[in-house]
Amino acid sequence: MKDNIKIPYFPGCTLKTTAKNFEISAIEAGKKIGIEMVELPKWNCCGVVSSLTSDDLMKHMAPIRNFVHAEEMGEQGLVNDKRMLILCSMCFNTMKSSNKRVKGNSEDMKSINDFMYLEKDYEGTVDVVHYFELMKEIGFDKIAEKITKPLKDLKIASYYGCMLLRPKDIAIDDTEAPTIIEDFVSSVGAEPIAWDAMSRCCGSYHTVNNTDIVVNLAKGIIENARKSGAEAIITSCPLCAFNLDNRQKLILEKDPNFKTMPVFYFTQLLAIALGLEEEFIGLDGNYIDPRPLLKEKNLI
Amino acid sequence: MSDTQEMVNVYIMGESYMVPDGSTIIMAFEYAGFQLKKGVGCREGYCGACATVYREKGDYKLKGGLGCQTVVTDEMYIAQIPFVPAEKPIYDIDDLQPDTSTFMELYPSVFRCVSCNTCTKACPQDIQVMDYVQAIIKGDIAGAADISFDCIRCGLCALRCPAEIVQFNVATLAQRLYGKYLSPKNEQLNIRVKEVEEGKYDEEIKNMKNMEDRALKDLYFNREIKIS
Amino acid sequence: MPKKIKLTDNGAEFLKQIEKLSGETITMCDQCGTCSGGCPFVEEMDIMPSQIMRMTMLGQMEVLDSKTMWICASCFTCTVRCPRLLDVSKVSEALRQTKLRQAIDNINIDDISKEEAEELPSIAVVSAFRKFTS
Ligand code: SF4
Ligand code: SF4
Ligand code: SF4
Ligand code: SF4
Ligand code: SF4
Ligand code: SF4
Ligand code: FES
Repeated sequence: MKDNIKIPYFPGCTLKTTAKNFEISAIEAGKKIGIEMVELPKWNCCGVVSSLTSDDLMKHMAPIRNFVHAEEMGEQGLVNDKRMLILCSMCFNTMKSSNKRVKGNSEDMKSINDFMYLEKDYEGTVDVVHYFELMKEIGFDKIAEKITKPLKDLKIASYYGCMLLRPKDIAIDDTEAPTIIEDFVSSVGAEPIAWDAMSRCCGSYHTVNNTDIVVNLAKGIIENARKSGAEAIITSCPLCAFNLDNRQKLILEKDPNFKTMPVFYFTQLLAIALGLEEEFIGLDGNYIDPRPLLKEKNLI
Repeated sequence: MSDTQEMVNVYIMGESYMVPDGSTIIMAFEYAGFQLKKGVGCREGYCGACATVYREKGDYKLKGGLGCQTVVTDEMYIAQIPFVPAEKPIYDIDDLQPDTSTFMELYPSVFRCVSCNTCTKACPQDIQVMDYVQAIIKGDIAGAADISFDCIRCGLCALRCPAEIVQFNVATLAQRLYGKYLSPKNEQLNIRVKEVEEGKYDEEIKNMKNMEDRALKDLYFNREIKIS
Repeated sequence: MPKKIKLTDNGAEFLKQIEKLSGETITMCDQCGTCSGGCPFVEEMDIMPSQIMRMTMLGQMEVLDSKTMWICASCFTCTVRCPRLLDVSKVSEALRQTKLRQAIDNINIDDISKEEAEELPSIAVVSAFRKFTS
């Protein structure tokens, strides 16, 4: 095991805009647990959703182009781990799916490489890895040793959503009975609760033009978390975060009796537990203010 | 042209013409008898009016170029693209903010980009067009303004884009936002604007207006340029 | 009692096209309903996911007019549960694409207001446009 994993990092567009707190907490917490994230010098939006038709190769171009840049980083010796680290669940899913598709189909690989004639060919040497997977490799017990401020008594609902668990060949853990996020929650000293809605879809992109769907689903998820004893939800997807956190505004409009619940990026909890300063936790970016809860637990 | 001038065969809008070797595409058009009303302007590579698409012998690639800057080759297929249809939303720059949301509202098509890079391939100015479109999605408006700086609005990128994005108008907005909100403010400029407003240069401008052509040109070419 | 299913010529073509586009052997579906049972969106749909499979199997092109394929958010819940290892999310995508490829959008991208633009993250807009525009 390397002391320090130096790995190409693909941020995705939302971590550069509305989810900056996700990125900064991941980068800074990473430094403390032996992950050095080196952003790809050049990258483009992966497209968020993977194309599911048998043709439509054009839509796989965006992920593959990013892999070309990751390969270049490896060749230039900028990293000591040649995989690609991703934080956002949807980017993770899309990049992994496209990668799988071209690796398993040399004709598709060739078509895409031919089209991208301004760039180097993609050789298919990159694998995608999620931050959770990387932490598991390092060892949650090792991470627990680094914690300076255990999140005692904090009851957390681990929200997997869809994209970390499905389809099966993309999943970071067992699709029906995953434990990886709960293991993470325990490692930072918090208490993972058991709940039903851990992988129920939050409504995804319907949030753009069909907010009712999202309001219903998000409300169900949050209420399930509360009923199961959770005080906050964690996620690794800026779209889930938007739907579960920001959309509580609309839930409240519809149901004034609704009780709000803070939603964190998992890396924010990690950053708190590692004792990082507020600027690296970015609580201002959370819609439902988590500070009262954190104060109550003496964590800030 | 002398009789010994080498000639090459080109196909203009599908028809064969012999034109002098070494001609630019615009020259070839005119040699062949076309009178260009639209589709040509400065002839210097600045105005972007002369967008052309062409294919060269033995190459499957559809290339884009400026007609006034691209030299014909034997057996070249050429078409002029004098205008690329594009709607321009009306906005008041004072009401906008220099971030991604402004583009979501005014140019939502930006978010359809599939990162195919076709625009970059098409750009006669060698601009990384995809990169500036992508910079906007990532919220890097200053970056978008910077990357697109050399854009001359020829429209070739927009013509080839499968996501039907109007890159050059998007670039204009990014540059305007940069200029208005993001660029470092220059104190010198404010001083100069104030001087202009106070009429410090009125006299000089009046004199210039009455100058002979020749004298005006001399004045221009012999002007002092200070680079600090 | 075994029934003989008669497909119209057009319908048979349609089924073939959707099978090709989705890569799924739709006729393998035995209508167990597992997909519909687990779909988190089923309340918002006019016909159930399993009915999409059925109608496509029978070559009933009216399936293209249903809301369901647009509501399906590719959450892959059905994908991991189908006892026949079929993937309804791919069939939905093929149906959406069949419409979209006639250059018909299912969202008006200019409808995003200033207020919405200020709220919405890029991830939402990019994915919605990928799914709803041609
Ligand atoms: S929106 Fe749904 S599909 Fe997307 S990450 Fe969230 S839960 Fe998963
Ligand atoms: S960016 Fe587009 S419009 Fe601008 S110069 Fe390049 S091709 Fe022409
Ligand atoms: S041509 Fe259009 S879709 Fe392709 S990279 Fe350029 S802007 Fe994006
Ligand atoms: S490759 Fe060309 S001809 Fe074929 S579908 Fe695409 S645009 Fe049409
Ligand atoms: S779960 Fe599979 S077999 Fe059952 S109805 Fe759905 S698609 Fe058909
Ligand atoms: S993929 Fe579509 S049909 Fe299947 S469970 Fe999810 S929303 Fe329902
Ligand atoms: S005529 Fe102006 S750029 Fe060619």
